[in-house]
This record gives sequence, structure tokens and C-alpha cells, in this order.
Amino acid sequence: MDSLIELQPMLWQAAVETVYIVALTLLFGGIGGLLLGLALYLTRGGALFANRVVYGVLNVVVNVFRPIPFIIFLAAAQPLARFVIGSGSGNPAIIFTLSLAASFAISRIVEQNLLTVQPGVIEAARAAGAGPARIIGTVLLPEALGPLVLGYTFIFVALVDMSAVAGYIGGGGLGNFALLYGYRQFDPVVTWAAVLLIIVLVQLVQFLGNWLARRALRR
Amino acid sequence: MPAITLTDVVKTYPPREKGAAPLTAVDGVSLEIAEGEIFGIIGYSGAGKSTLVRLVNALEPTTSGSIRVDGREITGLRERELRSVRAGIGMIFQQFNLFSSKTVWGNVEFPLKAAGVPRDEHQRRISDLLHFVGLGDKAHARPDQLSGGQKQRVGIARALATNPRILLADEATSALDPETTSEVLALLKRVNAELGITIVVITHEMDVIKSIADRVAVMDSGRVVETGPTFEVFSDPKQASTKRFVSTVIAGTPHGDELDALRARHPGVLVSVRIAEGGVDQRDVFALLARHGLSFEIVFGGVNDIQGRTFGTLTLAVTGDDAAVRAAVAELGDDATELPTSPTTSVRPTEGR
Repeated sequence: MDSLIELQPMLWQAAVETVYIVALTLLFGGIGGLLLGLALYLTRGGALFANRVVYGVLNVVVNVFRPIPFIIFLAAAQPLARFVIGSGSGNPAIIFTLSLAASFAISRIVEQNLLTVQPGVIEAARAAGAGPARIIGTVLLPEALGPLVLGYTFIFVALVDMSAVAGYIGGGGLGNFALLYGYRQFDPVVTWAAVLLIIVLVQLVQFLGNWLARRALRR
Repeated sequence: MPAITLTDVVKTYPPREKGAAPLTAVDGVSLEIAEGEIFGIIGYSGAGKSTLVRLVNALEPTTSGSIRVDGREITGLRERELRSVRAGIGMIFQQFNLFSSKTVWGNVEFPLKAAGVPRDEHQRRISDLLHFVGLGDKAHARPDQLSGGQKQRVGIARALATNPRILLADEATSALDPETTSEVLALLKRVNAELGITIVVITHEMDVIKSIADRVAVMDSGRVVETGPTFEVFSDPKQASTKRFVSTVIAGTPHGDELDALRARHPGVLVSVRIAEGGVDQRDVFALLARHGLSFEIVFGGVNDIQGRTFGTLTLAVTGDDAAVRAAVAELGDDATELPTSPTTSVRPTEGR
């Protein structure tokens, strides 16, 4: 308990770091996943840009990378991170690798949620003479917004989990904190404090996500 | 110039699996739809009518044949050109297909934005349209707050936003109850009469055809099997599938169990008489039977009104002297048929594909 009071400033700093890593990952991975998910949706059979070859390739790529356990993905992608970011460890490298992994996961969530949009609604937009950009921007994404917000909230929670794992190979944040000062010092109270903070963070974000989704669905 | 001309239109889909035959949804259809008319296309689900209508506004590419809309060939146009064709053709749907993320106003505004109509014209246009369809007070409602009939009205307002000359209605009333159906049909009639818009109505409900179509085409297995003015097709259906459709809304000649039941209940000879405006007049039939000293009662059938013209088939149980009955039937000629007396062996007109 005494050690926790001593460590308190570092705990807060770790929490801020987690939020920072997860937020930036959600931004980059969110955009990457959205584009990849849109590409999957739009090239599917019967869709606006139906293309069997492109869909097949994207599908296989996502299927290859998505199931890799994150801790292995981190190690495997380290050379790429070093090449792009200039360093294989530290927060920027972690954010890069996390974003990459998250893109694949998010793409499936985006694809699934876009598929819930009634094809007839897209057809009505086409019948009105709208082009693809207008249909995607002003019909497809707004129609799927509620489920998309919930999907991204789900991903946020998963990213908190993944960022904690990243603490194992040199990323900062609550995972790293719990590992360094809790697990390795045989001080479960410190670990529990980190766990408690993570729970609070996840609850807050889930609450916010539900609220936004409700507004998007206007129910 | 016809509003829409289809010539030998074919639409095939690639086979589901390798080696299977391609699926032919529309199989050599030729039709001419005149400007300002309400043209009905009726058929069972799978007859190809929904596919056909999607070829007219190029939501789907045509495999072969020619489609002219207002004289302009639309097969083979580029996607960008097709968008302007589509803006000139409104479309409404069975499931309404409103944008649930937009208000009623936003739904009607969508085609205006897509067509690049200047923003300062939107207000007036949308307000006019919503008043025309009777939803002036619902501009800020969301689609999920509306009833089915109201949703279809929004659909109609949205379809009319860009002042199209043609409106395609794909099973537009099939999801509605009978009362709402007649409201929506009345609105479509107004669209046709007041705005002069050519309407193509796709349906599997003969009632819809009966109440609004000037002319009708009957589709079966991707082909148009019969076409003509609605009154003629109703009063004198030629093809088996047409007869089947007609029998769903019009009581014709009794057959099978119906006929046996009638015969058990009524003495005398059963005679079916076809009544049609410009053909046989009911009064003449009754006077003629009286002249032959016969008494009769009407036991089956009905008289229908299609666009102000009447027709129908009445089955009479005629009693009296046998020779007199035969003489009367002979005098009525082709329009009267004596129904067979023994258990029915006659061809059932309303059966068989």
C-alpha cells in the first residue's frame, strides 16, 4: 500500500500514456480500418464496385493478419516498425504496430456493420442519380453510424487490452506500469490499482460510446 | 414519341456455379410505353418484372436489346451519363427505402443535391412536394416515426424531386394494407393527371392494375405474354397466366367444386353469359329470356367496372321448357354458354401454367 502512494504520480502518468497510445491508435487504425472495411464492402459481389479479384485478395490479406496473436504480431512487425518509425520500441513504434493490427480487426467490424445497411437504400440513392462518393459519404456511412460507433467502442476496449500487452516489449502505459512495479516487485496491490484504472477507463468509454450510438440511432 | 421503348430486351445473370446455365431474367421483351399513361406490368414473383424495370433506369446493365427513354438510347451509356438519365426517372419501392439517417426533408433533398440543383431552390421545391403528397407538417419527422402510407408518400415526394418525366413504381403498395393502398394509388393517379408524369407500375396484385393502369403487360418467365388496354385484357384474357390473374379479382365462370355445389342447389340449366360494354347488354339478355317464357336467377358471377367501363360474367340458373332454354341460348350466340351437366369434364379456364 505504501509503495502505491509512492508510485502514485507514475500511475497517473501511465494512465495518461495509455489514453494517448489508445487514442492515437484508434485514430490511425480507425482510419485504416475504415478504408479497408469500405474496400471489402464495396468490392463484394453485387456492391457498387463489385470485383471478385480485389475482394478475394483483400479478404485473404485480412484473414492472414487478423488472427495473429498480438504479442507475436508485435515481435514479427518490429523490423517494419523500425523501418517506418526509425525505432523498434517506444511509444511511436507501439502506436504504429498497434494501428496496423487494429486496421485488420476494425476492417471486419466496419464491413459487418456496412452490410447491415439495407441494399434497397443504396439502390434508392443510385436511382436518384447519386454518384459513388455521395452514396458512401451521405448514405452508406450515416445509415451505419450507430452500429459503427458501437463497433469502434468495442475496438477501443480491445486496444486498451492490446496496449497493455505492448507494455511487455517496451511500450508505456498501465500495462507496463503493472508489469514493472506490480508483477516484478511481487506487489499485487500495485497491479490491482492499474487494473482498477483500466476498468474505470473502459467503463467511461463504453458509456460514452453507448450514448453516441443512441444519438446516432436517435432512439 | 413513346416515353419508353423496349426492343428485344434480354437480361441474363451469370450462372451461380460453373457449368450451370446462365439465368435469364428477362427474355426478349419488346414494349412501348406512351407518354402520359399509367402502364402496368403484372406477373408472379420471379417473372422478371422487377429486373425489367431496373433496366429502364439502368440500375442494372442490359445484356442485349435496346432501351430508349424519351427517344434516347440508354444501353451502352457511361456511368456518368446514366446518372443524368436516372435523375430524369423517379423510382419508388416496396420497402420504401427511405434514408433512416435523414429527416423527411433530408430524404426529399437528397436527389436535389445529387442533381446539383442550386441550394436556394431546395426550400421551395421540397415544401411544394411535401404539400403535394399531404405531408406538409412532417418535414422534420424521421422515417421511423411515420406509418407505412406516410413513408411511401415521402418516397413519392423524393422520387419527384428532380421533376422526372417518368415514375417507376416497383410493388409500391405491396407492403401496405388495403386502405393505405388505395390512398397511395389515388396519389399516383394525381401524379399522373396533374403533373403529366408517365408511370410504370410493377405489381403482382391485379387490384392495383384494375384501379390505375391504362394499359397492362402480363409477364411470365421473363416474357411478356399478353399486352393491351386494361379493359380488354380483363374482359377477354387470352393466356393462361392472364386468366389466372383476372380470376383473382373477378368472379368468372364457376368450375369444379363450385359448379357442382351450384348444380346441387339450383334446379334448371346453368348458363353463363358474358356481359361487356359495347357487347351484350344485361337488359337484352333478361328481356330475351322472358320472351322465351323462362324464369331465372343469378347464381354466380359479378359485374366489374374498369376505368368507367363495365363487364362481367353472370351465371344464371334458367328454368322452363327445355326447347325454349336451348332456343334462348342459341339466340344469345357466342356470349352464352350452357355449362355441362355431368361432373365437370370441361377445361378449367383458370388452371394450368
